[in-house]
Amino acid sequence: MVKTLAMPPQYIPDSSPQGSPGGASQAVTLEVRHLKAGYGTTPVLRDVNIKFYDTKVTAIIGPSGCGKSTMIRCLNRMHEITPGASVEGEVLLEGKSILALDPVELRRHVGMVFQRPNPFPSMSIFDNVASGLVLNGARNRPLIAERVEDSLRKAALWDEVKDKLRQPGMSLSGGQQQRLCIARALAVEPRVLLMDEPCSALDPIATARIEELMLGLKNNLTIIIVTHNMQQAARVSDYTAFMLTGELVEFTQTQQIFTKPSDKRTEDYITGRFG
Amino acid sequence: MQRHFDVDLEALRSTLLEMGGIAEDMIGHAVKVLTERDESFADQVQEMEKRVNALHIEIDDRCLKLIALHQPAAGDLRLIAAAIKINSDLERIGDQAVNIAETATYLCHLPRIKLGDIPRMVELAAGMTKDSLDAFSRRDVELAREVIGRDDEEDQLKSETFNELLALMQSDASTIQRAMDIILIARNLERIADHATNIAEDVIFMVLGKDIRHGAERRESPEAAQQ
Repeated sequence: MVKTLAMPPQYIPDSSPQGSPGGASQAVTLEVRHLKAGYGTTPVLRDVNIKFYDTKVTAIIGPSGCGKSTMIRCLNRMHEITPGASVEGEVLLEGKSILALDPVELRRHVGMVFQRPNPFPSMSIFDNVASGLVLNGARNRPLIAERVEDSLRKAALWDEVKDKLRQPGMSLSGGQQQRLCIARALAVEPRVLLMDEPCSALDPIATARIEELMLGLKNNLTIIIVTHNMQQAARVSDYTAFMLTGELVEFTQTQQIFTKPSDKRTEDYITGRFG
Repeated sequence: MQRHFDVDLEALRSTLLEMGGIAEDMIGHAVKVLTERDESFADQVQEMEKRVNALHIEIDDRCLKLIALHQPAAGDLRLIAAAIKINSDLERIGDQAVNIAETATYLCHLPRIKLGDIPRMVELAAGMTKDSLDAFSRRDVELAREVIGRDDEEDQLKSETFNELLALMQSDASTIQRAMDIILIARNLERIADHATNIAEDVIFMVLGKDIRHGAERRESPEAAQQ
């Protein structure tokens, strides 16, 4: 692990992003320091430094191959399970290195929702949501049932599935499946929710539901969303990070990035002049 | 990468400048009714107003379509936001020119009266309008700041004109009607200068993303505001 703490240009001190509600006192949930990652000899992330704030949604935008997905996969140590993957630098979850945590334990704190809804195909709706709890050793059925209901309510899915909890998770529509996956991630009460293009396979109505959900969930969570949809980033996030060829180009308040970006590369990307 | 969107933005810019050109001509023609005592110029002002009103609607429509269809961001968004506001200011400049032409038409039928600082006020208001549009066309922040700086002189001249004409009315009651009309024209010219100032402020927002209205810049950084 890299120990140096030199402050590179894109580093955002506690007092930034400017005008953020929390200002200097805003709590940082995840902090990335000098993160470098790659596959084999190919570098993907080049010395990224960024902080993710509590109760805020941070969107990560950038062209394909810029390292957005690789970065969030580093945040719950999924990147390192890819054969040939390399990673260097530090990721701190509430001040503690994620390497000090067991990966299963880490992923309980840092949940993830993927591009395509991926309910466990052999499991019912109930069991899908309960799976994380059971994996973490929960045995008390009434408590599990309570947590499943609570998670499905938080994921705005309860009313639609409460009468068919024993049906297969795969029997739901795409948008419902994605909310089921969100409920599954919420059941273990994570501190951070990583979302890797969670709406790219959904229609506009299902997308709007997920976006509404994110705005409701952020009160108790840190949400990090990778998205190719810039309007979505503008709608749901408090902060936006723009990445390009493995580097963090700009990270500031979302309103600022979409009205007055400070880096020309950001402006070119969000106005479609890129390339 | 060349964007189709740029063609639409360029069309918006040129339509706005066309409207600005007509508004400038309207000021010039309206003033000629006063200085040359030729009512035919007033008819031309009325004709030009129809075109300005049509462009007012057309430009708003273009801006709404661009926002709805392209979801613009950053510099593109600031250009469209500025265009919507400049469009409104240009339409109001046209209205002020119509008011001047109407008042001056009435004055054509009365004995001449001393115009005092009105020619200088015309020069300032027309110059500010022209330069604010040039600043928009060239994205020239320095010129926009210069336009804003000239507004104080126009305000000062309007006050002086008021005072002079008040004194004239007090000394010679036969001038009251004509003096009141000149006061109205002075007020119209001062309003035109205000609209030109608004346009210049919008240009600065469009180029720099900085909102300097209502002394925001002075409050934020007194040194920067003086530069």
